[in-house]
Amino acid sequence: MDISIENIRKEFERFPALHDVSLDIRSGELIALLGPSGSGKTTLLRLIAGLEFLTSGRILFGNEDASHKSVQERNVGFVFQHYALFKHMTVADNVGFGLRVRPRSQRPSRAEIRRRAEELLELVQLPGLGKRFPAQLSGGQRQRVALARALAIEPRVLLLDEPFGALDAKVRRELRRWLRELHERTGHTTVFVTHDQEEAMELADRVVVMSNGKIEQVGSADDIYDAPASPFVFSFIGASNALRVHVEAGRVYLDDRPLELPRTNLPDGPARLYLRPHDLEVSRDEAGSIPGVISAVRRTSGARLIELEIGGRRDRLEIELPAEQSHRLNGRLAVRPRKWQLYRDDECRLAS
Amino acid sequence: MVLEPSFQGAVLAAPARSSHRSPVSEAPATRRVLIAIALLFLGFFLFLPLVAVFVEALRGGVGTYLRAISEPDALSAMKLTLLVAAIAVPANIVFGIAAAWAIAKFEFKGKAFLITLIDLPFSVSPVISGLVYILLFGTHGVLGPLVESAGIKIVFALPGIVLATIFVTFPFVARELIPLMQEQGTGDEEAALSLGASGFKTFLLVTLPNVKWALLYGVLLCNARAMGEFGAVSVVSGHIRGVTNTMPLHVEILYNEYAFQAAFAVASLLALLALLTLALKSLLEWRFADGIAAVRGH
Ligand SMILES: Nc1ncnc2c1ncn2[C@@H]1O[C@H](COP(=O)(O)OP(=O)(O)OP(=O)(O)O)[C@@H](O)[C@H]1O
Ligand SMILES: [Mg+2]
Repeated sequence: MDISIENIRKEFERFPALHDVSLDIRSGELIALLGPSGSGKTTLLRLIAGLEFLTSGRILFGNEDASHKSVQERNVGFVFQHYALFKHMTVADNVGFGLRVRPRSQRPSRAEIRRRAEELLELVQLPGLGKRFPAQLSGGQRQRVALARALAIEPRVLLLDEPFGALDAKVRRELRRWLRELHERTGHTTVFVTHDQEEAMELADRVVVMSNGKIEQVGSADDIYDAPASPFVFSFIGASNALRVHVEAGRVYLDDRPLELPRTNLPDGPARLYLRPHDLEVSRDEAGSIPGVISAVRRTSGARLIELEIGGRRDRLEIELPAEQSHRLNGRLAVRPRKWQLYRDDECRLAS
Repeated sequence: MVLEPSFQGAVLAAPARSSHRSPVSEAPATRRVLIAIALLFLGFFLFLPLVAVFVEALRGGVGTYLRAISEPDALSAMKLTLLVAAIAVPANIVFGIAAAWAIAKFEFKGKAFLITLIDLPFSVSPVISGLVYILLFGTHGVLGPLVESAGIKIVFALPGIVLATIFVTFPFVARELIPLMQEQGTGDEEAALSLGASGFKTFLLVTLPNVKWALLYGVLLCNARAMGEFGAVSVVSGHIRGVTNTMPLHVEILYNEYAFQAAFAVASLLALLALLTLALKSLLEWRFADGIAAVRGH
């Protein structure tokens, strides 16, 4: 089911939680909504589900306008962050709930419901646990029951709010892989919310980066990482450094020192140079390089992180070097960027 | 003569707990003195009167006792009490659930005021609660002529007694449900709705099971009070023997007529009812400690 979100706006008692958000979700796609806390991810997901109503704009399911449809009519599978399993029902009854509450004419027989529940529990790799109660399951198992319950109604779209948020790192990784496989097998159009960028990049076909109730960028993991559309996206995804620089007639200056970068078409004035730690290489201290004083050296599992103080302004630059490269890591060091992004200063201030 | 069951339960339960000393507890001597005071107090004010009721009731032997409680006026009082409770309690279940639902699950203006209003019967003297209905529906009341012309008798009749009882007992169910429902939030309901359940099915299959123990608990308290209410009912009943006398009113009349043994016999039934309520309540607390722990406070 294609879903089109057209210029939607959502206010909570005049507080705008989302402004002018548009997004096209293609049938069968796995989409991640990624953003910091309070950026409006859950709100967007709940609007798609119909658990919240729009202030303005439209949401289309296929060609039909679903904006004023109730959550029941939209037929979506929603998996809540804290699962919201029904405590007083067995796992099988939880999974079969959506079938059991159908109007009599569309309701499958009891035996059929039981069979479907059994089948779904198998699909989520929990066969034979149908007789247990939610309290007798681990967090990861509960999550999968919640998913099976949402799948039982054959939803037009599957919506997951921080599906792995409450689980420990190892289980998260396992479930992530498993969800990807499940998605490939069942082909449901799926939207999930996360604030874990690794999760979003690894799992999703496309990532929607949100901030302050707006969509900053929509794209594949490569797009988002390699061609961030805004300083916010650059600094939110992956490690990043920002250097305050100055643009004059297309050339970039660090203090008074011209950097050896191609000409830019940014207007004259203050700007910021965004750099990833691993896109910097050590160079000789010569014209065009970025010189600094080493203030700290740290070893991580696969690399060596060097902190450089730049100029007198206490801008810090973090550089990631291969762990073997251990020569002369004190005193002065100059680096040269392999890749970078340059943004106008006012754009950056908006983002931070 | 009904003993306030929740109060009694709470105080009795307290000394049974702490058997080993915690850092914040008092020295053993202080503790013993405190326990002794509590026990003496309870014995004198609660246990002794209770025993006295049964002793007095049975003073003339079992035969007299049975005769006293099977006399027509006594039977009619029992019937009326049961009838009033049978109307008032379901009415308050409906009201209590509706109010708790509205308060716990929705945001609206005047919510704080509604909560205060629910507590009103607790803070108003029952006599006033009764008088309100006389002022409203009595012959010279605001709505009196209206209901009279419609041929309905409210004051000094069953409807008045029921109204007064509902008024006095309406906080019980709502007060038990509100904190629990507030704590549970709307997550489960949203899940049910998203799975296609109608509002009514969601309520029946999800909301109600989630609050059933608190509800039962509230109903018990509500019922105990409905059967035992004296003040408000006394004002609106008119004390017509065999017609508008509930059990508590009947006890008073018998007592005023110096029919002590009969008075105590009927009173003992009420006391038994209180004990039964207390036992049921303890059973619920023991069996569903977790669910009920969330409901503390009334
Ligand atoms: N029911 C509500 N009433 C008022 N404001 C709300 C409500 N729900 C959300 N908001 C506000 O809308 C904004 C977006 O909230 P939302 O829950 O969508 O954020 P989120 O991106 O999901 O954050 P998180 O990662 O912390 O879950 C927040 O500023 C929040 O305070
Ligand atoms: Mg959220």
